[in-house]
Amino acid sequence: MSLANDDVRRIAALARIAITAEESAEVLERLNRVLALIEEMRVVDVSGVEPMAHTLDVGQRLRVDKVTESDHRDLYQPVAPAVEGDLYLVPKVIE
Amino acid sequence: MLNATLLELAGALKAKKISSVELTRQFLDRIARLNGDLNAFIRPEKTRDVALQQARRADERRARGDAGPLTGVPVAFKDIYCTKGLGTTCGSRMLENFVSPYDAHVVEEFDRAGAVLLGKCNMDEFAMGSSNESSHFGPVRNPWDRKRVPGGSSGGPAAAVAARMAPVALGTDTGGSTRQPAAFSGVCGLRPTYGLVSRYGLVAFASSLDQAGPIAKSAADLAGLLDVMAGFDERDSTSVQRPKEDYSRSLNLEIKSLKIGLPREYFAEGLEPQVRAAVEAAVAWYKSQGAQIVELELPHTHLAVPVYYVIAPAEASSNLSRFDGVRYGHRAKQYNDLIDMYCRTRGEGFGAEVKRRILVGTYVLSHGYYDAYYLHAQKIRRLIAQDFALAFKKCDLILGPTTPTTAFELGAKTNDPVQMYLGDIFTIPAPLAGLPALSIPCGFDAKGLPVGLQITGPHFSEARLLGAAHRYQQATDWHQRVPRETPL
Repeated sequence: MSLANDDVRRIAALARIAITAEESAEVLERLNRVLALIEEMRVVDVSGVEPMAHTLDVGQRLRVDKVTESDHRDLYQPVAPAVEGDLYLVPKVIE
Repeated sequence: MLNATLLELAGALKAKKISSVELTRQFLDRIARLNGDLNAFIRPEKTRDVALQQARRADERRARGDAGPLTGVPVAFKDIYCTKGLGTTCGSRMLENFVSPYDAHVVEEFDRAGAVLLGKCNMDEFAMGSSNESSHFGPVRNPWDRKRVPGGSSGGPAAAVAARMAPVALGTDTGGSTRQPAAFSGVCGLRPTYGLVSRYGLVAFASSLDQAGPIAKSAADLAGLLDVMAGFDERDSTSVQRPKEDYSRSLNLEIKSLKIGLPREYFAEGLEPQVRAAVEAAVAWYKSQGAQIVELELPHTHLAVPVYYVIAPAEASSNLSRFDGVRYGHRAKQYNDLIDMYCRTRGEGFGAEVKRRILVGTYVLSHGYYDAYYLHAQKIRRLIAQDFALAFKKCDLILGPTTPTTAFELGAKTNDPVQMYLGDIFTIPAPLAGLPALSIPCGFDAKGLPVGLQITGPHFSEARLLGAAHRYQQATDWHQRVPRETPL
């Protein structure tokens, strides 16, 4: 299927990506080319085939149920765009 | 020493014919001279002092008598590897000013071995690309012809090794990102079996496909690097626990007993005649050494690219949601509220190709489309893996071209993403099936551009792949050619 401008706006909102007015025509045109490529796989009959999420037939490894992570605040916060008093700052979300 | 193998470098350092500081300085000087033109390294002036400091430490370690084979050897890292205290940009504006607070597992392993971090290499933004043109830091140029791309996404590492700006380099491979640039740049690149090398500290693109892989001048050097990289790491939930192998000691493979599979689909329409001729000549060499050639089919090959462009963007859209302008990376200067801050931050921080893939991924995972796209793609992924499983009942290794063409010109495919994607037809199937594969040089076309031979094997057959490649390189000298535009 082919996307229209409204679809791109909806997907971009879900993806939290601002698309500028100048970008939008090109984004639409190129997304539709990629989706046309993807359409080629949709005609294949896959009834009875198990989806493959992991390429090796191994189960998920389990670990002992205990705390292993230590506090890395002093290491991690210096690279944040805005912090104050050990807290990450974001725009106001509650009125 | 600019053209030396790992073995030669280790020997010279051990015999004290050269110190690590002297050796590192030789490469740093060559980087300073060539990088303005090739752009294989991102901001090399910022890592230069760290490299020399690590080289001094390596020399001290050797003086103390506890040096290993790689102690003092300079190694370049694709800028997707987190390196503590150093910029880790992933080729993106989003991480332009990011300094990593920790080291990737692979970086730790090379540090433990005493290797010297020579610099951080350029790459397609977030490893999304096949030409190294999507980097925020500008394209990398192919040392064989500066009008052409070096391949991608590990274009920087491949160009650096090709131009002898680094003896060896580390890349990553999601859909071909070590092998395709190796083929375009006339060097060797390996993608290990999924789970063999820890992904801890690699900036994630598509987690079910991402693997760290070495890039070098020879298969023997790839083996030396894999010896350091491979191994279990509990910090990567998909790391596989298995006995450690010694790849450097397994290189003398017996070709005579080998069954080599040639898939019909890898020699079909669209393959450039000169690429075909070079690959067929390599196949003929294996045959002359007594290998048995088996013709076979991988019937779902044509679906690999469409399936990859559902699965990889889907996983990318999830992985890249962490770039929200809150904990690290770029944050927009102006915004109205929280959602607007996210949207503007991501709109500004990501380049066009990355945005496109996040949008495709968001779409195929969105309500009402998940079954039709993502689940459907995962089912065909199993069919592709089953093709290989059947093939490896009839043969030990699969040979074919790494790419359908040699390196293309800068800008040739930037306006049509699908044309760019279709060039990865031969490198995408192995990652979908989790298989190891490597690319080695096997000739040149009439323009003097290198051609890559791809060897694919069953899970955990790295020793066999490297052995088969090593024996070929003992009999040929394609891998020893130095690009004419960057003479020694």
